[in-house]
Amino acid sequence: MREDFELNMSRRGLLAAGAASAAACAAPSVAGAQQSRPDATTTKVSLNVNGETRALDLDTRTTLLDALRESLHLTGTKKGCDHGQCGACTVIVEGRRINSCLTLAVMHEGDKITTVEGLGTPQNLHPMQAAFIKHDGFQCGYCTPGQICSAVAVLDEIKAGIPSHVSADLNATMELTTDELRERMSGNICRCGAYSNIVEAITEVAGRKA
Amino acid sequence: MKFDSPATTNPIDRLKWVGQPIERIDGRLKTTGTAPYAYERHDVAPGQAYGYVVGSSIPKGRIVSMDLSVAKAAPGVLGIVTADNAGKLGKGSRNIAPLLGGPEIAHYHQAVALVVAETFEQARAAAELVHVNYEAADAAFDLAAGKEKAVKPDSMTGGAPDSSVGDFQPAFDAAPVKLDATYTTPDEAHAMMEPHASIASWNDDKLTLWTSNQMIAWAKKDLAETLQIEPENVQVISPFIGGGFGGKLFVRADALLASIGARLTRRPVKVALQRPLMFNNTPHRPATIQRIRIGTTQDGKITAIGHESWSADLPDGKPDGAVSQTRLLYAGDHRMTATRLTTLNLPESNAMRAPGEATGMMALEIAMDEMAEKLGLDPIEFRIRNDTQVVPDHESKSPGAELRFSQRQLVQCFRTGAERFGWSNRQARPASLRDGDWLIGHGVASAFRNNQVMKSAARVTLDQTGGVTVETDMTDIGTGTYTIIAQTAAEMMGVPLQKVVVRLGDSSFPVSAGSGGQWGGNSSTAGVYAACVKLREAAAQKLGINSGEVVFADGQVQAGGRSHQLVDAARDGALVAEDIIEFGDLSQKYQQSTFGAHFVEVAVDSATAEIRVRRMLAVCASGRILNPKTARSQVIGAMTMGVGAALMEELAVDTRRGFFVNHDLAGYEVPVHADIPHQEVIFLDETDPVSSPMKAKGVAELGICGVAAAVANAVYNATGVRVREYPVTLDKLLERLPEVG
Repeated sequence: MREDFELNMSRRGLLAAGAASAAACAAPSVAGAQQSRPDATTTKVSLNVNGETRALDLDTRTTLLDALRESLHLTGTKKGCDHGQCGACTVIVEGRRINSCLTLAVMHEGDKITTVEGLGTPQNLHPMQAAFIKHDGFQCGYCTPGQICSAVAVLDEIKAGIPSHVSADLNATMELTTDELRERMSGNICRCGAYSNIVEAITEVAGRKA
Repeated sequence: MKFDSPATTNPIDRLKWVGQPIERIDGRLKTTGTAPYAYERHDVAPGQAYGYVVGSSIPKGRIVSMDLSVAKAAPGVLGIVTADNAGKLGKGSRNIAPLLGGPEIAHYHQAVALVVAETFEQARAAAELVHVNYEAADAAFDLAAGKEKAVKPDSMTGGAPDSSVGDFQPAFDAAPVKLDATYTTPDEAHAMMEPHASIASWNDDKLTLWTSNQMIAWAKKDLAETLQIEPENVQVISPFIGGGFGGKLFVRADALLASIGARLTRRPVKVALQRPLMFNNTPHRPATIQRIRIGTTQDGKITAIGHESWSADLPDGKPDGAVSQTRLLYAGDHRMTATRLTTLNLPESNAMRAPGEATGMMALEIAMDEMAEKLGLDPIEFRIRNDTQVVPDHESKSPGAELRFSQRQLVQCFRTGAERFGWSNRQARPASLRDGDWLIGHGVASAFRNNQVMKSAARVTLDQTGGVTVETDMTDIGTGTYTIIAQTAAEMMGVPLQKVVVRLGDSSFPVSAGSGGQWGGNSSTAGVYAACVKLREAAAQKLGINSGEVVFADGQVQAGGRSHQLVDAARDGALVAEDIIEFGDLSQKYQQSTFGAHFVEVAVDSATAEIRVRRMLAVCASGRILNPKTARSQVIGAMTMGVGAALMEELAVDTRRGFFVNHDLAGYEVPVHADIPHQEVIFLDETDPVSSPMKAKGVAELGICGVAAAVANAVYNATGVRVREYPVTLDKLLERLPEVG
């Protein structure tokens, strides 16, 4: 076994080799690191978050997710993986849902951003939030804001006629079926496994029997 | 309160609040993003700095040298924690590998450094500049290869490693119908949505840790032990936990490194384990190899049953208890189980949801399906013929005495489920049901998980507004604990649910059972029950009530034909009561277990072998269901995780470099929305007075036990292809799919 490893190999070199064997599964964060010193460059950016203009001076490397959570203290948007794999960070930007961990905050100058806090409050729930409570569409609650933001956007996508992988006819009016909901919600992982209940909650909000 | 004789009628039996499908009381916080998880506490400890963990890139060996100079000079860096400057560290008794490696390395991605900086971006960038030179040592990573070196471990969670009743080998040899099959289950990851995360802050020699942990008292003790400080100087706070499944039972590197980093930099420090680090840094459910032998009479009575299991862990680690249920579930005079453990240098193996039964049932319940087919029996009928109301492994459990189950409705679970699911329409012959291009199959499996009870304390306060506050270090990991504790207090004190405040997850509160082993719900509510009994006594005394029969209902206290306002008991100041429920030997006098039956329908594409789960039903008998809404969620969640175990979850081992290759949520596949159909759950009526004053038992882990086998059996029924190596993926079916016209 020992001879498999080159002694004194740099950590970066060794990990890069490991990452190569890991193929595309694992994000080779180290292999992709910048070679130069990580001097922070900051930039001013102004975001419209939940209807309010928020001016920030950010390290350009800051993701939209970290800008929301760490700079604006809007921690409703969750960091589950930081790699666009789990959907916990889903927010609605200019009417479309995105993974806020996969985009830099500075790319969103002037953009209208809606987070779970902008949908409703404990005293004044959005219908989707109320339906999630009624149908117990969550357990630990960590994926929940992402599920809710996704669900709200999904209904708009269907209304707008945007097709999905399971849409049989791209020219027909989009139908709001459970298959469509499940397909479109599949970027939002719930490890507690509340999927069955989440679909019922979304279906109720969509105004159609489960 | 000592619970040492079966519960009789008590205030819980009124079921005004307990047993009702009440919406979660923390639901408004969780759905609006206002429930604060560990990493999100901007409201505490001002001046928080950010930590980023560097993990070992070798699986075993030592650090020859570290060059921190470039990283230290990087912008914003406040300090770097390594074993060199961490001070003398102990090891919590529940951790197998040290949480901070160096110079010795115990496993891949074991933490070797924490870079602390002003911002997350700075810490992450500087972490890439830490240079570590390693010297790798010989190591072993392959369970199949290590099987020959496996030994009988000193102990096993849930019983002795081995057991023997009657004379297995001759009975098996003589049996007219026999099965001897070997099954494998892979390493699995908890993959909870919230990464392990902590904020640490020191005030002189006192440490406060906001973290995400299932077992507050363990965390406090183990963290103190690791830091070599007094437990009194540690406060652990964990009110919201973004999933655990056993992965947050123990203190992890985020907690330790945040604590050391905060001490080093004299700043509060926050650390979340990076997702790609988690899979190799934290424990996982170990892979197993299981050999099962079953011998029966011609008419399907089991005469011999044997179950052997091999698993691996780091040195000084523990085995998976995959054989546990085989001692309890089916009848048969001649029996043996054996547990063997081998040493591998993969990351630490440890508990994941229903450790033992989850993996054991994956194998046993396929074996039962195979055996039923050999006998030409319906798989439900075969299980019913081998049902038992006494523990079949009684010789090893309790010499000379018959040990009965406190409750055992396994047969009723199957009968109820069969009717609801339409089991009678199932085709016994595999690959004989079609729906267009799809092959349709149906599968069943028993569900079985032992019920455990743990002592649990709580403090309850009646205030001058008539409100009741419950404080306990119990945790809610998505289990609905806030809600069932509120229901319990409302029932006991006769107040509306809205008048109850529940405060959890703080080590300054009385020590509870914590969340694990499906003991949390029953044990922690029993602790609240005990504290409420004391508060009732204090209130009655304050109101001048002397008579025996006292009823607390609707904000009133009724006794001797008179009615008092409960709030008047707090007239002169809040009333506080604290107590602990402690369990006597009822768990030795009766076998306390939970039972169920899983029904699954799958469709398998006749050309591509793509597997889709179409229908799922679980029928559970597990004592009083404290809240059918949240309990049902626990079960469907467990069924979902069981689909993952059946069809996709597998940590892929690189047996050369010694790590789990698919160490993120793209590579380690878990079920998503599109994988899960509508799920149905039926709870049978049951109360178990032997279990606790609540008459409840665990249910959250019962739900995962057997599901994977029910899916695998359904795939077999659809295709006629028997897969004994989990997960059941299409590549294992494709070559052997039936010809279809």
